[in-house]
Amino acid sequence: MEEKKLTIITGTVGQDSHTIGVSLLSRFLRENGFNVVELKGLTPPEDFIKAAKETDAVAILVSSLYGMGEMDLAGFKDKCIEAGLKDVLLYVGGYLKVGRHDWKEDEERFKRLGFDRVYPPEVELDQVLEDLKEDLKKKGKL
Amino acid sequence: MKEVKFLVDLGSTFTKVVVVDLASEKVICRVQGPSTVDTDVMIGLREAIQKAKSEAGITSIDREDALASSSAAGGLRMVCIGLVPDLSLKAGTEAALGAGAKLVGSYSYELTKDEMAEIEAISPEVILLAGGTDGGNESVVLHNAKMLASSKINAVIVVACNKGAQDRVRSILENGGKKVKLAKNVMPEIGKIEVSSCREAIRDVFVKNIVRAKGIERVKEVVKEVLMPTPQAVLNAAKLLSEGVNGEEGLGELMVVDVGGATTDVHSIAEGKVIQDAIYGDLLPEPVVKRTVEGDLGVRHNIDTLLKIGREKGFLDGHDLDVAQSLTRINKLPETPEERCLDMKLARIATQVAVERHVGRIEDWYGPAGRMIVQRGKDLRGINSLIGTGGPIVFAQDPRTVLEGALFDRKRPNLLKPESPRLYLDGDYILYAIGILANLEPEKALRIAKKYLKEI
Repeated sequence: MEEKKLTIITGTVGQDSHTIGVSLLSRFLRENGFNVVELKGLTPPEDFIKAAKETDAVAILVSSLYGMGEMDLAGFKDKCIEAGLKDVLLYVGGYLKVGRHDWKEDEERFKRLGFDRVYPPEVELDQVLEDLKEDLKKKGKL
Repeated sequence: MKEVKFLVDLGSTFTKVVVVDLASEKVICRVQGPSTVDTDVMIGLREAIQKAKSEAGITSIDREDALASSSAAGGLRMVCIGLVPDLSLKAGTEAALGAGAKLVGSYSYELTKDEMAEIEAISPEVILLAGGTDGGNESVVLHNAKMLASSKINAVIVVACNKGAQDRVRSILENGGKKVKLAKNVMPEIGKIEVSSCREAIRDVFVKNIVRAKGIERVKEVVKEVLMPTPQAVLNAAKLLSEGVNGEEGLGELMVVDVGGATTDVHSIAEGKVIQDAIYGDLLPEPVVKRTVEGDLGVRHNIDTLLKIGREKGFLDGHDLDVAQSLTRINKLPETPEERCLDMKLARIATQVAVERHVGRIEDWYGPAGRMIVQRGKDLRGINSLIGTGGPIVFAQDPRTVLEGALFDRKRPNLLKPESPRLYLDGDYILYAIGILANLEPEKALRIAKKYLKEI
């Protein structure tokens, strides 16, 4: 019997409609054996949670390239916990804040918000895949 | 007289019979009489058939030539259970409404003991159990199956959940002594809704189980079969009229507004595509064949709601409210000119509000990228035809005025109502009969429908 594919939710959050990066990422993950539910642009944070719940997803990968990610994703981890998705991996990547600042600040800030991995706007797809596999293995899901 | 068919609607208020001659493709007559479901459904049915026979000049009919739809004894009472309210529950609800059901409850996530007790008290005839995309969540639907299995309900359970959990759900329910009917997952993946298998399963359950459960099985002494719930017959007719069949052309995308004493139904057969450059705001698309039911917009049972809306919107004045006093009896037909005038206004309000709830809408969003349009629901501005049916429209003094309530309003351009459709009236009140006939003789049914719909 074919092994059940793990489901990943992807999309850009809030009023961000820059979907090219997240489309590439989705395609790449699909080619590497995952079932990907693409919510595409302008996705309210709650819709990521709803889709993850209905599909028993193992990870939610959020993209934000318009600098408002922190506002959109405030309380996101809490919402996930409330919705019974405590064990779902949360990744975020993109231009997470407006203006010049140190990338490390972003990473710390979003990790405090409950994200497992935080990526800058340019990141190798292989890197994400490797991290994802490692994290899923740690959770015993892969 | 094999070519003559008696098409019966066992209604909640009236029993209606339409007699058609398939050879000449003509409606011979149409009669109605009071329903007697509360006492003995047979009395009203025999009376109506007798009346139809004498009007049609026919001495005897074969049981084989009489077919019925039914909304008697409360309609097809259904409860939907899903996982996420905006996803599998919404998909299930669309399927149930499209099967002509009367929705009496909807539940999401894991059922609690209290909710289970509530469902037992509602005592639905059919329960639709959905939850999880294919390959998605299993735990919730399994939990809900266990709750149902150990409950007192004796409804037939239509299972349309995650494919991977279906067999286990079925055994749990059957081990609990429940009747189960399987259908394809109503939401196989996020953003995809699959209602047809589910609707077919519900119709099958209706024909095989519900007619007996409702105690109206005796009608089979007179009619061959009760084929479907009446709302589904109307939806069938709408679908046939829109799509056409075997080379017989249809009318294209259309909407049917059916104003009744207890509810107002709106059916649309249209893709309702997302406007160019707009973003679709809901997680699920809506089905091409869509029915909505407004349980608070009947011109008799809910006259108070309509009067309230009418006053708020400035359609009615104090005098109308006085006249309304005499119309509050449920099976009362308007008699005086004043009553007829008010009845028409009520039908117009019901039409307008029901269509506004059925159609999609757009909102402007202003973000860092400038103005964006977000659409929810179906864009029905471009449909070709708008058909009015139901007593309060068909018998209105000026049906056009009533139907115009369904049209696009320039003052509220965010509501995606039909802009310039041709307006038709089901003047002989035969749409349900066309829907019954559609299963038997689709081409003839379509030609008869086109012949008898009056453009207004």
